[in-house]
Amino acid sequence: MSAGHSYDAVAYWKANLRLIFGSLIVWALVSYGFAILLRPMLAGIPIGGTDLGFWFAQQGSILTFIALIFHYAWRMNKIDEKFGVHEE
Amino acid sequence: MSQFAINLIFVGGSFLLYIGIAIWAKAGSTKDFYVAGGGVHPITNGAAIGADWMSAASFISMAGLIAAGGYANSTFLMGWTGGYVLLAMLLAPYLRKFGKFTVPEFIGDRFYSKNARLVAVICLIVASVTYVIGQMAGAGVAFSRFLEVDSTLGLIIAAVVVFMYAVMGGMKGITYTQVAQYCVLIVAYTIPAVFISLQLTGNPLPPLGLFSTHVDSGLPILDKLNQVIMDLGFNSYTADIDNKLNMVLFTLTLMIGTAGLPHVIIRFFTVPKVADARWSAGWALVFIALLYLTAPAVASMARLNLMTTIYPDGTSAAPIQYDERPQWIREWEVTGLIQYTDKNEDGRIQLYNDVPSFEQEADRRGWEGNELVVNRDILVLANPEIANLPGWVIGLIAAGGLAAALSTAAGLLLAISSAVSHDLIKGSINPNISEKGELLAARISMAVAIVVATYLGANPPGFAAQVVALAFGIAAASLFPTLMMGIFSKRVNNKGAVAGMLAGLAFTLSYIFVYKGWLFIPGTNNLPDTPENWVMGISPLSIGAVGAVVNFAVAFIVSNATEEPPVEIQELVESVRYPRGSGQAQDH
Repeated sequence: MSAGHSYDAVAYWKANLRLIFGSLIVWALVSYGFAILLRPMLAGIPIGGTDLGFWFAQQGSILTFIALIFHYAWRMNKIDEKFGVHEE
Repeated sequence: MSQFAINLIFVGGSFLLYIGIAIWAKAGSTKDFYVAGGGVHPITNGAAIGADWMSAASFISMAGLIAAGGYANSTFLMGWTGGYVLLAMLLAPYLRKFGKFTVPEFIGDRFYSKNARLVAVICLIVASVTYVIGQMAGAGVAFSRFLEVDSTLGLIIAAVVVFMYAVMGGMKGITYTQVAQYCVLIVAYTIPAVFISLQLTGNPLPPLGLFSTHVDSGLPILDKLNQVIMDLGFNSYTADIDNKLNMVLFTLTLMIGTAGLPHVIIRFFTVPKVADARWSAGWALVFIALLYLTAPAVASMARLNLMTTIYPDGTSAAPIQYDERPQWIREWEVTGLIQYTDKNEDGRIQLYNDVPSFEQEADRRGWEGNELVVNRDILVLANPEIANLPGWVIGLIAAGGLAAALSTAAGLLLAISSAVSHDLIKGSINPNISEKGELLAARISMAVAIVVATYLGANPPGFAAQVVALAFGIAAASLFPTLMMGIFSKRVNNKGAVAGMLAGLAFTLSYIFVYKGWLFIPGTNNLPDTPENWVMGISPLSIGAVGAVVNFAVAFIVSNATEEPPVEIQELVESVRYPRGSGQAQDH
């Protein structure tokens, strides 16, 4: 059962890779960026006794991860349908 | 009613529920046993993944780790959640489309190599067995504290319960008990947290309470905490740290290790469709986040509570008399997890950070060393008692801790038994085994795995705490990169995959063993395990991420130097990338 070549397989896979790439940039930015490496830059933004970097490290990154996964699942469903590779 | 009776009702009641589910969800086929029949709703699967993933380490230990390390230990929060983004986008949907039963099976088929499958089986078993020891030991602690039984007897009771639903029901029994266990553990974790947040900040939502004002002092609660602990010589809770490279690599190792742990991956094989695999990763993280957003609040609030218990009149006044210590300290002293020595013989409890920079202050106050040692693992378990909550909340915590340990143990045991019966027995030793024979083999290997895990849980090897790092290192350096290349590259071939896995594994294990001792045998380490000796400040716990890079690099170089994979393998890679047709691929 090859995946069939009746649809534009290459374009579908590229669309998926583009979406993954964009999502992973955000994923890295909030955790490795805001919460760790860029924390000194956010030190001037106070939040409840500490700074924004601390918030990203303990809460913000987790909330962003959830949003990223649901966004990806929702967009991929659209892309699946657009290219006609969705499941019955 | 005595506290013991209350605990017994909560724990006993939850166990009866799990056994009831086991009788209802009996596995009739290998498909039921390995993937729960493949018909689990994505939200149900999300809750089951939540319980599967959140172990005794998440429930019992994580808040204590954050309380002790403050900002620096945020790595656990990000590392143990960020992996789900990778699972949702890089692994779960495609492995679900592949539609087989185990992780080594994908590696064996994609890299058309029995050796690759065998290496994957070994990695899976080492990672899962090390992990399961911690769960059984955690269950033993919960039993001995709350049910006042000997911890070995407690472990045997726990093993019998897991045996009933895991051996009878396989993945089907495990899935539905995990959903029940998720409910028990999340209620148990959040109720005390809500009470404590209300007491300290007036805000009933702990994640918001963490950034709110402390009612007694009028300061933000994190400011108040910093003030109290820094007065006693401890490091600031919220301050930034210097070794960022290590913090990044440790977080990354936890993330890709999470994504590569087989007991989590196989849960995605239980949903009907590829789209459901994506949704269930999202739901799983929602369910996990309910606990992970509460944990940092519990950490800071419980630490502040502990400090104000010992120093009721402020840090500059004298601490409490030992004879007037609260009941919960007396009870935990019995377990040895809280220890008091009156070093300056003044009958009071001096709790402070005994470091050179604090020596002058300690001398001035006539303190001769820190007198109270509190094991950080008791923070969550003792939380309701520290906050003076009613007895039923304590019973709930007992049931919740056991639910967290048992649900993860069951998931790991299933991963181990399916690797043995499906990959070793059906895959290599006896390919012609009947469906009934394989199901029996799966049940027997599950039973053996439970006996081994129980024995190791009761007699944990001295290196038990070290090997959890090993589990993440192995998953990060061997399984995750190989699975990812199997999906995203058509060029990586059998030789490249095997060479990459072995190189990543050898590199990671060597770095760990150089500092921790070869095979963890004490005294055989080549360098002392201290930050000055680490290469570029990279701790052995953080090396898995570098091992993953080694794996990728070696696999690509070797593959490019050797022949392309056969056409049918390239077609297999094509087919896992497109969701259409996932339904029929389920069976063999």
